Amino acid sequence: MSAGGDHIVSPKIYVTIWLILLAFTGITVWAAFQSFGIFNPIIALAIACTKATLVILFFMHVKYSPRMIALVIGCGLFFLSILMVLTCADYISRAWVS
Amino acid sequence: MSDSQTTTLQAAHQHHDPSLLVQFDTAFQQKDASQFGMWVFLITEIMFFGGLFGAYLIYRNLYNPAWVAASSSIDISLGAINTAVLICSSLTMAMGVHSAALGARKLLVFWLVATLALGSVFLGIKAVEYHQKYVEHHIPGANFDFNYDRVEKGEKPIPADVATQTSIFFALYFAMTGMHALHMIIGVGILIFLIYRAYNGAYPPHHYTMVENFGLYWHFVDIIWIFLFPLLYLVSRSPVH
Repeated sequence: MSAGGDHIVSPKIYVTIWLILLAFTGITVWAAFQSFGIFNPIIALAIACTKATLVILFFMHVKYSPRMIALVIGCGLFFLSILMVLTCADYISRAWVS
Repeated sequence: MSDSQTTTLQAAHQHHDPSLLVQFDTAFQQKDASQFGMWVFLITEIMFFGGLFGAYLIYRNLYNPAWVAASSSIDISLGAINTAVLICSSLTMAMGVHSAALGARKLLVFWLVATLALGSVFLGIKAVEYHQKYVEHHIPGANFDFNYDRVEKGEKPIPADVATQTSIFFALYFAMTGMHALHMIIGVGILIFLIYRAYNGAYPPHHYTMVENFGLYWHFVDIIWIFLFPLLYLVSRSPVH
């Protein structure tokens, strides 16, 4: 766990992250109206993941928190990936056998 | 543990600050444990929403044309404005936690009130969107009819089978945005409580874990929306599918 003490994050960092998040929101709306074919949903999800990572690291202080917190989040995402990957492995492969 | 350490701990507990619970050695340990618990709760929330996202993924693959038609009928500008409103409320919440850490009571109250105001704006816009869907007969149930007013609006009606499948999209749309809105409503309730307590000086510096943990919850709800927005509003807006 941490050695203790509150890490005070500068408001400048918060404002920078906020501006980046707003810019990404604009970019994702713009990208949705373009024809990138199969890449449309990939771009949309990549932007959403980037935004979520920024919120987790800076607004939620994970960058400055004990490593244990990052481990908990990693475990959660791992279980989420089991849910998604195994479900898709079932549903997508059903079409191959029929 | 050596005897001298035990004695030190006992001495610490004899003169300890009443906010330090007996099972913790230090205030920092107490705070770390509390934050850890909050994160474990948020992980259960990720799994809860994960089930909805999983259902979404399966049906999007099965009924893609219905997804494209239904998603395009949702008001993209209201959704984008709401995304921006939530991102702003995350900033005001982060600033609130920052003010609490500095012990600035009035600023903390100000930022919490700002977060409350932005959260309420989000819910208000969401209500307008739900009302639009009600008027258009896009709420799954007995009166559901995707093509209800499409001709009047100059849009081509879609084939009947695809129109039926859009009700699955809307069922997920209302389940996902509805659960998200419920989290927002709970958040707004807790915020009112926090504002009242913060105004009365209940969160001095080094003792504002409640504000910090609520901040984690609020940012988490923001993250859910960050995923809901592209998945529900932006399925396929490009002219060529």
